[in-house]
Amino acid sequence: MNSVGIVAPKSVRFDHAISLKSGATLPGFELVYETYGELNAEASNAVLVCHALSGSHHVAGFYADQDKSTGWWDNLVGPGKPLDTNRFFVVGVNNLGGCYGSTGPNSINPATGKRYGADFPVVTVEDWVATQARLADHLGIERWAAVVGGSLGGMQAMEWTLQFPERIRHALIIAAAPKLSTQNIAFNELARQAILSDPDFHGGHYYEHGVVPVRGLRLARMVGHITYLSDDQMAEKFGRELKTGKLSYGYDVDFQIESYLRYQGDRFTTYFDANTYLITTKALDYFDPAREYGGNLQAALARAKADFFVASFSTDWRFSPERSREIVYALMHCGHNVSYAEIDCDAGHDSFLLDDRQYHGVVGAYLDRIET
Amino acid sequence: MTEIFGRFDFDVIARWISPGERVLDLGCGDGSLLKFLKVERGIRGYGVDNAPENVLAAIRNGVNVLQFDLEKGLAGVDDDAFDHVIMSLSLQTVRHTVLLVKEMLRVGNEAVVSFPNFGHRSHRESIARGRMPVSEALPYQWFDSPNVRFFTIADFEELCANNGIAIREGLFFDEGRSVIDDPNLNADMALYRLARC
Repeated sequence: MNSVGIVAPKSVRFDHAISLKSGATLPGFELVYETYGELNAEASNAVLVCHALSGSHHVAGFYADQDKSTGWWDNLVGPGKPLDTNRFFVVGVNNLGGCYGSTGPNSINPATGKRYGADFPVVTVEDWVATQARLADHLGIERWAAVVGGSLGGMQAMEWTLQFPERIRHALIIAAAPKLSTQNIAFNELARQAILSDPDFHGGHYYEHGVVPVRGLRLARMVGHITYLSDDQMAEKFGRELKTGKLSYGYDVDFQIESYLRYQGDRFTTYFDANTYLITTKALDYFDPAREYGGNLQAALARAKADFFVASFSTDWRFSPERSREIVYALMHCGHNVSYAEIDCDAGHDSFLLDDRQYHGVVGAYLDRIET
Repeated sequence: MTEIFGRFDFDVIARWISPGERVLDLGCGDGSLLKFLKVERGIRGYGVDNAPENVLAAIRNGVNVLQFDLEKGLAGVDDDAFDHVIMSLSLQTVRHTVLLVKEMLRVGNEAVVSFPNFGHRSHRESIARGRMPVSEALPYQWFDSPNVRFFTIADFEELCANNGIAIREGLFFDEGRSVIDDPNLNADMALYRLARC
């Protein structure tokens, strides 16, 4: 496949204070981002890609000095790919509160000279979109041709159409939901409790103690991974296969699935920040644009002016097709332009990151329609 | 399905649609009818289709397409959300015929339905010869047909009468030409405007 090739992150610092939805303010902040392709003279071909829980600004391409550094949505973004960098100027950004270089809990708090830790305010999807708009200003982008996102990224695409109706022409909302279900929140709470109850958490100020709440973060990631996969796919991939061929009659790894979850959990703790994880799960829990409209999603979406593409995956039980249909029906009843694809794919929630023929076919066909 | 008959079917439907209406096209295929109505009548429309290749084709055609399973009804669609709900040559491909026609009239003020007439003379002759009909209106072999319901104009009108569905207008065609005399025998296709009684 064609790649955008070697890329390098950039960063921009905003020195004016920003008030957040929680009421807290930040004196200024920095966003790390990457871009692929060329912005045209009219700045009419810009596409923002929003990341989900553990994603980053590194959407496509790879780093010169780093092995295995391919961007998280490289199969979708590149020359000749569904989000074609020959046509579009694509922007990836690490959200505020993140741990990949944008201002977040492990940044230095100018007020104390120490890392923010637990003092970093809880940020919301609305805050992310507001800060992404500052980045758009910085890049000279008045109006996005499209904002694209999967899962929590899809929620940001939806929020763009509500907070800045004039600044987005198309929203692609993939494997998302109009708000979390009770069960979704329950799983998030489980993940948070794993982190908060880790003795190494130190109330969120673990940096000062030179430790990381590895056990909590690991457990949080293991819980998350279970919800990202489908029952069928897990069974197909791991079955009841034993790691060493025989039962241990102890609490070490017996089954391959245990080994997989431990591996994923361990690996996650080497690159992800526990405070960012906490903040991000809260942002997920709080997202609910219909809330201020008495739960009426149609009323909430009425002010949008964008056209929409919505997609879901048959085996996704975290954000099931039914949740995407809620969005679709609300948009349809508003009279907004919307197309909806329900992709038959066995990989559960994580399907949105895979290179499925029908999935990439419809996303590519929709993006091809967008004038630049 | 619409490609079988070409545009004359579209022209009749377009005459029944007022400019700017909200239209839902069930079994929209590649979206050509919606595209046509968009150009001719400036409608705001949505197509529904459950076949992945049709969803892809409709997106390429630049229309709104929603991938829903019609057999599950239209439960998510509000009452009277549309001015017209259309099923162009696709009613015979769904199992839950009565449910769907009633749903069309729940979510739409008026329904437009077209279907191939299995009672056409050529089909009767074919059956009389002991073979299932294959014609321009029914171009499929019995073993690869997407059609799951086989009915005539008379059958359909009886279904409407038995289910409180008013027929506002019926037009009948044989190879694209209008049929007045004994349509159940002479027409290979029927088009209806339906309403709640």
